[in-house]
Amino acid sequence: MNWISNYVRPTINSLFSRREVPENLWTKCGECGTMLFHRELADNQNVCTNCNHHMAITPRDRFTALFDSGIFTEVKVPTPIDDPLKFRDQKKYVDRMKASQKSTGEKEAMLVAEGEIFRTPIVAAAQDFSFMGGSMSMYVGNAIIAAAERAVELGRPLVLFSAAGGARMQEGILSLMQMPRTTIAVDMLKEAGLPYIVVLTHPTTGGVTASYAMLGDVHIAEPNALICFAGPRVIEQTIREKLPEGFQRAEYLLDHGMLDRVTPRGKQKEELAQIIRMLMGMDAVVAADLPAPAEQPAKAE
Amino acid sequence: MTIYLEFEKPLAEIEGKVEELRALARANPEMDVEKEAAGLQKKAEDMLSQLYGSLTPWRKCQVARHAERPHCRDYIETLFTDYTPLAGDRNFAEDNAVLGGLARINGRSVMVIGHEKGSDTKSRIEHNFGMARPEGYRKAIRLMDLADRFGIPVITLVDTPGAYPGKGAEERGQSEAIARSTEKCLSLKVPLISVVIGEGGSGGAVAFATANRVAMLEHSIYSVISPEGCASILWKDAEKMREAAEALRLTAQDLNELGIIDKIIKEPLGGAHRDPKTAIKAVGAAIEKMLDDLSGQTGEEVRNNRRKKFLAMGAKGLAA
Repeated sequence: MNWISNYVRPTINSLFSRREVPENLWTKCGECGTMLFHRELADNQNVCTNCNHHMAITPRDRFTALFDSGIFTEVKVPTPIDDPLKFRDQKKYVDRMKASQKSTGEKEAMLVAEGEIFRTPIVAAAQDFSFMGGSMSMYVGNAIIAAAERAVELGRPLVLFSAAGGARMQEGILSLMQMPRTTIAVDMLKEAGLPYIVVLTHPTTGGVTASYAMLGDVHIAEPNALICFAGPRVIEQTIREKLPEGFQRAEYLLDHGMLDRVTPRGKQKEELAQIIRMLMGMDAVVAADLPAPAEQPAKAE
Repeated sequence: MTIYLEFEKPLAEIEGKVEELRALARANPEMDVEKEAAGLQKKAEDMLSQLYGSLTPWRKCQVARHAERPHCRDYIETLFTDYTPLAGDRNFAEDNAVLGGLARINGRSVMVIGHEKGSDTKSRIEHNFGMARPEGYRKAIRLMDLADRFGIPVITLVDTPGAYPGKGAEERGQSEAIARSTEKCLSLKVPLISVVIGEGGSGGAVAFATANRVAMLEHSIYSVISPEGCASILWKDAEKMREAAEALRLTAQDLNELGIIDKIIKEPLGGAHRDPKTAIKAVGAAIEKMLDDLSGQTGEEVRNNRRKKFLAMGAKGLAA
């Protein structure tokens, strides 16, 4: 982070991008302003190569990077009925849904998959912040229950990547009821003696934090992720004072005892496999994802 | 002096006139105003029953938040005997936004826990307007656990605008405290009965109301977000709270229709604040009825049935 990277490079890059480069090939880092080439950014799982800023990543891209060779199978999630309250604000809820489905290419705000990480079988669920702010809907509740049930069925741990502004207001009380529902899902795993690991990503707030996101056996967060119940603006309005630097960010929560670890996206796969294998009584990860060594014959005395 | 809500202004005028007339008559005993006063009184009552018979969702919010509405302490003092408050979360502090302790209802031992809003400026501040900090939820967890171990049913009275959005509350894990409280509700092998007596504000309410039976007073509300909050986010204008209150479906009647709650407790004419005694008595009767309903179930059944009930919520959409 010097004058060259902070000023000169962005300036040069912006000149280029203005002139000849099609817009969608370059992404500007929201933190340091560096222009990042799409392939380079994707290879780094949407983490800025210059300042390590963790940008949003879709569940599908995350799973592709997470699972061995990018292979995973989706777990089917039961579909609830559409728009139970016939909710309408400035727009109809059904229209908002359609717009989100079109822009993300996904059905809803959570994706559930099964696969292996360093040959460790897991079930994973990831919330999609780009889909209506990742908000907790009946579908999201169903997805978490489906994930837990599948994990119990297969005897695998569940890894959940949270990202949400909170409950989905357009589903009113039915959204709020996903707090107890998802808590039951977590209990299913506990009763089955299976690990439940939460990776909290930016942002995880509101009713999501106050239910399944804070009930993990292990809490890992991405660097600088905002994690809270009430957002900073609401708190500033309530207490009428400026909040300290870094308030409600992952590192702050780590300091206050709410998290186990803050781990950059690129290191998460390894760390998850390591923790899960220890909890599940499996052998250590074989380095470099090589084939497992053949069984050693028992040594003669 | 009665506090009138904005939509009750016409009513306030008539009732004010009745008062005036009667005061006049007291000062001048030879004046006969009774007939006129009685006529006005009748008019006021008709207006009251008309107003309260067709409250809009936003008006219900106002009634649910009425300053003179009976609060948790009023219910505890009237309905329970031997109330023994138990304090503290054993970690950090005692939270006065949450009252709780052992008590008896008609001789039966229970653990009663509820949000207390306070009834005047001093007590409102003392109780933080019913907005609990993590310590409040952790105290509730401790009391629920105690009740569970000794086979004592738990009764929660919900009346909160929501969990407190403060710096310290966040630092000490507001979300985790709420999540654990909901988890504790779900794990209990004793009956858990919840009554929303005023405002059921979001996660702060769920943490107490994940119960075997949830009842709501006729003019209480229970919502994922306050209408003002919803309006400012979705309409980008906090003044659109009427529309938001409408859209959120947050009244007891809506929630009953959606299958989220089990029972609506009727309020006296003009709301619980006009006749607290009657309202409190009705809540007491409902609690006893619900306790009786659950008394035949084993601990396992109580717990499993509660889980089943919540698992079904939203699975397909709406309860039949």
